[in-house]
Amino acid sequence: MADIFDSYTTADAWDEMFERPGVVRPAYEAVFAALSPLDSLELRYRTDQMARAFTDRGVTYSYGGEERPFPLDLVPRLLDAVEWDRLSRGVRQRVLALEAFLADAYGRQRVFADGVVPYRLLYSSPHFHRAAHGIEPPNGVRVHVSGIDLVRDEEGRFRVLEDNVRVPSGVSYVIENRRVMTRTFPALFAEQPVRPVDEYPQRLLAALKACAPEGVTDPVVVVLTPGVANAAYFEHALLARLMGVQLVEGRDLVCSGNKVRMRTTRGETPVHVIYRRLDDDFLDPLHFRPDSLIGVPGIMSAAHAGNVTLANAVGNGIADDKLLYTYVPDLIRYYLAEEPLLPNVETIRPEEPGRLEEVLDQLDRLVLKPVDGAGGKGIVIGPRAERDALDRLAEEVKADPRGWIAQRPVALSTSPTLSRRGDGQDGLAPRHIDLRPFAVHDGSDVWLVPGGLTRVALGEGNLIVNSSQGGGSKDTWVLAPDAPPSRTTGERSTAVSEVSPRQFGPGGTSTPGGPAQEEAQQQ
Amino acid sequence: MITTDTMLSRIAESLFWVGRYVERADDTARILDAYLHRLLEDPWSDEDAACRSLHAILGVAVPGEQHCDMDSVLARLAFDAASPGSIEGALRAARQNALTARDVVSTEMWETLNSTWHQLAEHQRAARRTGPDAYLGLVRRRAALFFGLADSTMSRDDGWRFVVLGRSLERVDMIARLLAVRVLAAVHAPDWPTLLSASGAEEAFVRARGAGSDPGEVAAFLLLDRGFPRSVLHALSAAEECLVELGGGTSAWQRPEPARLAVGRMRTRLEYLDSAELEQLPALLSELQLACGEATRAVAERYFPYDGPIEWSHQSVTREGA
Repeated sequence: MADIFDSYTTADAWDEMFERPGVVRPAYEAVFAALSPLDSLELRYRTDQMARAFTDRGVTYSYGGEERPFPLDLVPRLLDAVEWDRLSRGVRQRVLALEAFLADAYGRQRVFADGVVPYRLLYSSPHFHRAAHGIEPPNGVRVHVSGIDLVRDEEGRFRVLEDNVRVPSGVSYVIENRRVMTRTFPALFAEQPVRPVDEYPQRLLAALKACAPEGVTDPVVVVLTPGVANAAYFEHALLARLMGVQLVEGRDLVCSGNKVRMRTTRGETPVHVIYRRLDDDFLDPLHFRPDSLIGVPGIMSAAHAGNVTLANAVGNGIADDKLLYTYVPDLIRYYLAEEPLLPNVETIRPEEPGRLEEVLDQLDRLVLKPVDGAGGKGIVIGPRAERDALDRLAEEVKADPRGWIAQRPVALSTSPTLSRRGDGQDGLAPRHIDLRPFAVHDGSDVWLVPGGLTRVALGEGNLIVNSSQGGGSKDTWVLAPDAPPSRTTGERSTAVSEVSPRQFGPGGTSTPGGPAQEEAQQQ
Repeated sequence: MITTDTMLSRIAESLFWVGRYVERADDTARILDAYLHRLLEDPWSDEDAACRSLHAILGVAVPGEQHCDMDSVLARLAFDAASPGSIEGALRAARQNALTARDVVSTEMWETLNSTWHQLAEHQRAARRTGPDAYLGLVRRRAALFFGLADSTMSRDDGWRFVVLGRSLERVDMIARLLAVRVLAAVHAPDWPTLLSASGAEEAFVRARGAGSDPGEVAAFLLLDRGFPRSVLHALSAAEECLVELGGGTSAWQRPEPARLAVGRMRTRLEYLDSAELEQLPALLSELQLACGEATRAVAERYFPYDGPIEWSHQSVTREGA
């Protein structure tokens, strides 16, 4: 075995590349063969090259006031066609169920009347907005874009860790990772077909146009960003650029007469669909936080009047609440009459009768998550926590059982990742990863960008992969069937037919007489 | 998708200033290059005086009694990231504005500014060790690359016009500054060849007027030459063209808007200038700078009005950047 894989031992988790030490899974054979001849210096060199490319392109996050490139590991994460098919059907199913739940919750509320989900879950959620009532989405879509976080457990089974149906971010890394990987490591792609990810912007734009207010034939779509200082600004700008739409800030928009317009050099012009990348709370200071300076006063009234569509819809937070998460398998059965294709991680709700004690008794063996935490904040991993931290946690959970869920700790699957080993040398070591596929719902279809964002926890044994917690990412490949599905060979052969001869000026000719004549003239 | 004739006011303002700041970095690098190397070649030059006149040109307050030398010039006029009158400050501001207009500025343009910004620290260290030539060269080349990419990757829409407008007005301003010091501070003034080289005009001048021609013609060349792209007249014409197109073309019954008036008046004034007036250079130069300031104000008033008071909250927002 080559030295970069030397001493690669699989941890107590499913390893994505190795069935057991020394035995490569079939999907990874080509990647393994391409990586094996390289030494660690070469890997480090290419990794630095990728970091440099990210720095130049501005794919950075701010760390203590310094701009750092978002770490990209050069070993890709692979999903074969069969696995991806299963997985994407599972995600689609989940999105449709959540979509149905939202329509119900802001509509007739059957699911509560039928006792599938308790009413109090709705009324105790900070994301349940009165302001969202009475906004009927034009094509029925509330979850235009979603990111469903998946992990692979010890048995190799994908499970849903959480749903993100408010303002999921990260898709720009999917696009940028692929771009920089094909440029710094072309040889990796040579051996097998990988499904491209660059269709995302056009799918997103189509979905945003499809949800335009009724009667608008040529809708003006904009991306609304909190501004340059926002951590995801790069993504907002990238999507606007790739879709060819304006990137606006709150101060660029004005509302009057329940219409939204943007301030341009030619006066104020109408806006119909707003792909907003700021949270509900900041959207409209008249309805939500009055101190929001990045929002647009009056935008909610315009949405109510049906003159502008907000994507994703306001109030979606009730559907990706971690407490609702525990009910999603029931929602799938209730709304779709199907069995869930992707299971949840086994979860206990401390708020249910008798379960609080059960949780408190085994805090040191569970993972406790605040139902409203984002970005890995506030998560306590029992087996890793200190005694006094657990004591504090017990008090908090007792005080607010509704605010927590408890889960079995899942050993996230691992993938070989370039790391500094104990002996100071660079080498590949197992690091935990997750997967966030991105789904775009246009009203008739839920489309997934092939693969999604694989996040990797760079610290040894670390289980939290969020970038805010020191995580990096990996390019995620969905292996394609051998022949491209849509292109016919006939088109290709006609494309290169008539080639007109190139023209040459003085000094450009390669005929033997040319240079000789010049010489003759100089003598 | 984005119709080419509408553009967010905020973005328009950023593009205008991207054009100005990149041009400023370029011109400053040229001026420093010409001055500092002239200084080294001329054994009788007065370093302190020359360095003071450099500060005056670039509108940066001259340090009082402190001795002024090449190192202090570089520290204030090249490496001071906090001052938009220095090269680094101008590039920092240019990058910040490009970031704001990130969806309109092409990726290649953005990467040029961004990677240049990231390389400056390293080049600055090298400049302190081996002299500023490579540093100033980098800045000039990247500015050329930036505008070259603008030329070949931006559609000729309003976005492009704001970039070119900003660049042109900055160019007028910088040449006026350069000439002003020659005229006003005659004692420490740079000689004419230095002026020419600071404007990148030595070769064009020699070709147009012949080697050994009267140095007094340098001012006329830098002000009035129709063919040379760094002349005031050429830059004013470019600015005027942008303003005409931004304003939706010329019409017989409509009075030109204020920005175009300021620029157009100045342009025609130069076109029909008689040689006697060239003797009154100081007055002419201050008129030029006033016109630039007036045009910038009028452009802001007409095209960048987004900055309405936001007063529904306790604080009001103040505008950043630009």
